[in-house]
Amino acid sequence: MPRPHLYLLAALLAALGISQVSDRIDPYHLDVLTGIGINIILAVSLNLVNGFTGQFSLGHAGFMSVGAYAAAAFSLFLGPQLLGSAGGTPFQQGCLFFGALLTGGFFASLAGLLVGVPSLRLKGDYLALVTLGFGEIIRVIIQNVEFLGGALGLNGIPPYTTIFWVLAFVALSVFVVSCLVNSTYGRGFLATHDDEIASEAVGLNTTHYKIVAFVIGAFFAGTAGGLYGHFKMTITPTGFDFTKSVEIVVMVIMGGMGNTLGVILAAVLLTLLPELLRPIAEYRMIIYSLLLIVLMLVRPQGLFNFKLGKAKT
Amino acid sequence: MSEFLQQLLNGLSLGAIYALIALGYTMVYGVLRFINFAHSDVFMVGAFIGYYLGKLVPENTVWGGLVVLLAAMLGCALLGMIIERLAYRPLRGAATLNVLITAIGVSLLLEYSGQVFFGATPRTFPAVFPSANYSFGSLVISSNQILVIVVAALLMVALQLIVYRTKIGTAMRAVSLNPKAAQLVGVNNDVVISFTFGLGSALAGAGGILYALNYPSIDPLMGVMPGLKAFVAAVLGGIGNIPGAALGGLLLGTVETFVNGSQWSTYKDAIAFAILIIILLFRPAGLLGKFTVEKV
Repeated sequence: MPRPHLYLLAALLAALGISQVSDRIDPYHLDVLTGIGINIILAVSLNLVNGFTGQFSLGHAGFMSVGAYAAAAFSLFLGPQLLGSAGGTPFQQGCLFFGALLTGGFFASLAGLLVGVPSLRLKGDYLALVTLGFGEIIRVIIQNVEFLGGALGLNGIPPYTTIFWVLAFVALSVFVVSCLVNSTYGRGFLATHDDEIASEAVGLNTTHYKIVAFVIGAFFAGTAGGLYGHFKMTITPTGFDFTKSVEIVVMVIMGGMGNTLGVILAAVLLTLLPELLRPIAEYRMIIYSLLLIVLMLVRPQGLFNFKLGKAKT
Repeated sequence: MSEFLQQLLNGLSLGAIYALIALGYTMVYGVLRFINFAHSDVFMVGAFIGYYLGKLVPENTVWGGLVVLLAAMLGCALLGMIIERLAYRPLRGAATLNVLITAIGVSLLLEYSGQVFFGATPRTFPAVFPSANYSFGSLVISSNQILVIVVAALLMVALQLIVYRTKIGTAMRAVSLNPKAAQLVGVNNDVVISFTFGLGSALAGAGGILYALNYPSIDPLMGVMPGLKAFVAAVLGGIGNIPGAALGGLLLGTVETFVNGSQWSTYKDAIAFAILIIILLFRPAGLLGKFTVEKV
């Protein structure tokens, strides 16, 4: 991709442009668009871990919840002190929200580091289970922390999430992930994915690459959580359970692991499907699980992966 | 002291159920080297078979209970073999990740089809076995607890006999040791793997009935937590190792019961995962497992 920085700039300007006309867009469509954006961030960041680096994390929703809680706590507890009781100007609110999102991302990546360092010595099934276990531990801990609202969750989070922030972070996550894996340094992720033993034999520190992938993936999951919390205005520990992790995993697998464009398409499709299929909402998870099985049997390289002969698994 | 004994007893009866489920994980891992995520949902199906059959047989009779138990084991064995035939066999030889993803898919499929067919609301499991409480001093033992421990012990002895004293058991161990070599000397791998799934799933079915007798509220997602904990038990004992799974199950059940009785009870669900992480960090082969170096 030549001149990726220009693409990022163009995407940010486009986000600004869309946000200028957002009051003319139907609010329902705007909500769906926000949901799509958040899912794209989640799927693209998980793709760095599960796709490019070839690890299998089932705890992405856990990192999302850490980010959501950290960001919400930031704007709930620090916001009134920084902005005063009047609530501040829109610009001040924007700065506060940006800070909240970065805080969310920071704490999520910290959690990613804490989880990654011990568990990334494990492979395949074991890693999947340990990340799942960590996701559950995070949930149990949040449920037991009094000032985060316990099992009832946090309410009354200011609705700072606008379409601009969502699109900007979508652009940022896609930019960071694609630049990273296309850089000289980033070849290490692909090498770790392709053959861990061979990469170690040529002197790559695969554990290092796995942890970096984990931390960056967790960072964006955290910002996605922050956006989600300030969009829904209320978060509960059970909102970020195993099912949410699976949903993100399905997006990555459907798009084709290690294929950013495909993953984005899958995230769009899988966010739109439940909206279109509202009458059969109870079958949603059945459809997801059948999708997983059938994809693995028939098209393990993913639905939107058109690079023939490069079916990497 | 008597409270300690009481907790120990409760822990052992919970651990016996974990052990039964853990055996299924361990056996499948032994022959196919992958974690059968759907195992915990086979356990759930076992409980539901018991629920529907339990209404047909007279309550509180030993033979009625045994019929329910055997039917659940048979039904689950069939289910396990069907899952293996349809979902896992076509992927034999595929990358581990693909098989793992399929297993997660099968697990979710069973859970959410269960929610549609059985309904998501919890049901009360019928008392198929006669129940009574016996007290020794301040120690109270329910007949269900005794039943769990006795049935689990019998099944584990039977399993040990099958694996070490029969022809198919020898074939199972051969496939587990080296599938290609086993095939060369005339073992039909497909039959052995199918049998392993059947056997493991039958134990999960028995576990489902026993669990439902002690915790008589069943729903389609009931398998998730016991399943995960049983898996932890299998890893704790050393995955692929049958006595290890039994030991791991008993240990985990006991620890969990003691945590539940302490001031840390709200963290009870996190304890199993904490144990899993510690074990994998310090002794990844488990308590009874052998450590093997990866060969290129």
